[in-house]
Amino acid sequence: MRGILSDRMGAALLMAPLLLFLVLAYAWPFLGVVKWSFTLPTPGLGQYGALLTDDLVQSVFIRTLRIAAIVTIVSVSAAYAITVVWVRGTPAQRLIAEFCILVPFWISVLTRAFGWVALLSNRGLINTWLQSIGFISEPLTLVRNEFGVIVGMSHFLIPFAVFPLASAMRSLDERVLLAARGLGSSRMRTFWTVFVPMTRSGIIGSAMITFVFSLGFFVTPAILGGGRSVMIAELIYLRIFQSPDWGLGAAISVVLVVFVGALMAILFRDVKPKELV
Amino acid sequence: MPTYRPGPVSLVLAALVALFLLMPLLAVIPVSLTPSRMLTMPTGELSLRHYRSLIEDPRWLDSILLSLRIGVVSSAFSTALALTFSLGIWMFQPRFTAMLVGFVLLPMVVPPVVSAVTLYFLLTSISGLTSFFGYDTWLGVAMAHSVMTVPFATVLILVSLSQLDRRIDLAARGLGASVWERATRVIMPNIKFGIVTAALLSFVLSWEEIGVTLFITSVNAITLPRLMWMGLRDNIDPAIAALSVILIIITVLVLAVRSVVVRIRGGV
Repeated sequence: MRGILSDRMGAALLMAPLLLFLVLAYAWPFLGVVKWSFTLPTPGLGQYGALLTDDLVQSVFIRTLRIAAIVTIVSVSAAYAITVVWVRGTPAQRLIAEFCILVPFWISVLTRAFGWVALLSNRGLINTWLQSIGFISEPLTLVRNEFGVIVGMSHFLIPFAVFPLASAMRSLDERVLLAARGLGSSRMRTFWTVFVPMTRSGIIGSAMITFVFSLGFFVTPAILGGGRSVMIAELIYLRIFQSPDWGLGAAISVVLVVFVGALMAILFRDVKPKELV
Repeated sequence: MPTYRPGPVSLVLAALVALFLLMPLLAVIPVSLTPSRMLTMPTGELSLRHYRSLIEDPRWLDSILLSLRIGVVSSAFSTALALTFSLGIWMFQPRFTAMLVGFVLLPMVVPPVVSAVTLYFLLTSISGLTSFFGYDTWLGVAMAHSVMTVPFATVLILVSLSQLDRRIDLAARGLGASVWERATRVIMPNIKFGIVTAALLSFVLSWEEIGVTLFITSVNAITLPRLMWMGLRDNIDPAIAALSVILIIITVLVLAVRSVVVRIRGGV
């Protein structure tokens, strides 16, 4: 009897601090944000109505979805190429691939965005070089537009896209690949008809993670988009700090959470969470 | 036994991706050596003036010290909370484990910008009550960073607990150890590596946190990433390039040391 009671008490005492902290510092203020979306500037559904009619908000939503889709395709394909070598290469190749994946992964988003500014800006590395070899006379516009945003975001997300792919590739039975090769299938054919289909769960997981991450991206678009290709996250920032329209900023946040929640629900219905990690 | 290795096409494609991944990190090196006050490629001579300004300009030093303080405090706080919570889950396996863990992981899954708005709401509400804990204070930033890092710390500690053999805990329990003794003298010594990793990751995440920090600071609590952000948005200060080079070098060194340690220990 004493055992059961102290077990319950022990569990409650150990788990309470974190749960209490997150309820007070996260769940409660989130409900406050939801309240803002219904009460500022006037009580009612006005802010949600504005989302449906405001041209600016709509164009930002569409741009965000478009950029997220392109970034997902670019990052998953690039991640696939490097993961193949990371998982199945010779030990030396693996080490190099791991270095190229983990170093950018651990470097801050600001440093990485700044690196792209240094490469792509009008007086950056690429334009200086192209002009010095006489290939172009005027600098190309590579940042402060959607191109820069897509490049920077893909760069940020490739390491995240790698991990689900790597776990799918690691769990794959090598003998199947060897059997296909042994039966005379070419490298290309083995790759496309055996290897890729067997990593399906990894591709889905990697695409979902990349897509969900890119929907809420703030820093990279703000720096590489230069205020010209604003995405949802930056719009929320602008609504809260520049135009002050807290109600609209809050309403966009709520819509974003609901949208991401729905996407995750679909993901976890098709792929078991264990297959992702 | 033969193995299935990537062919030449795979290797070329992977090399291109590797180049893409490393390119922006290498690009900051020449920029950091420019003698100009603006962001340009050095044309003739090289200069270390931007490295010097990192030490001489008090703004950089102040924000480095502030980021260190916030990082240490928030990492200690979130690791302690994550550890007690994970011990509770592992030792008692409560009925709603999946739900409780899911709730704790929310700040990691919710788009960061929404967490930022949420924490902005929290800290501006607190600001009305007390002046040293709310919006634009270092304690406020440390608390917000703890919210953002605690899911990562929890995941790491839960993962290392999941690799622990339950029988050692059962043995301790059978021999009459109390909950406190089981936790501190049996379980924690066995997940030391996981706890240290959780604390380190929390520190690093706080040290480079910008998305949330932007929403909850204005002029007083200027962390290092916040100062870099200001320098990146207005006219670009090449001191950022010098700082980036230093941060990249530290990252590479830490990863190299870690991979040596992992190789010696022979595990993760």
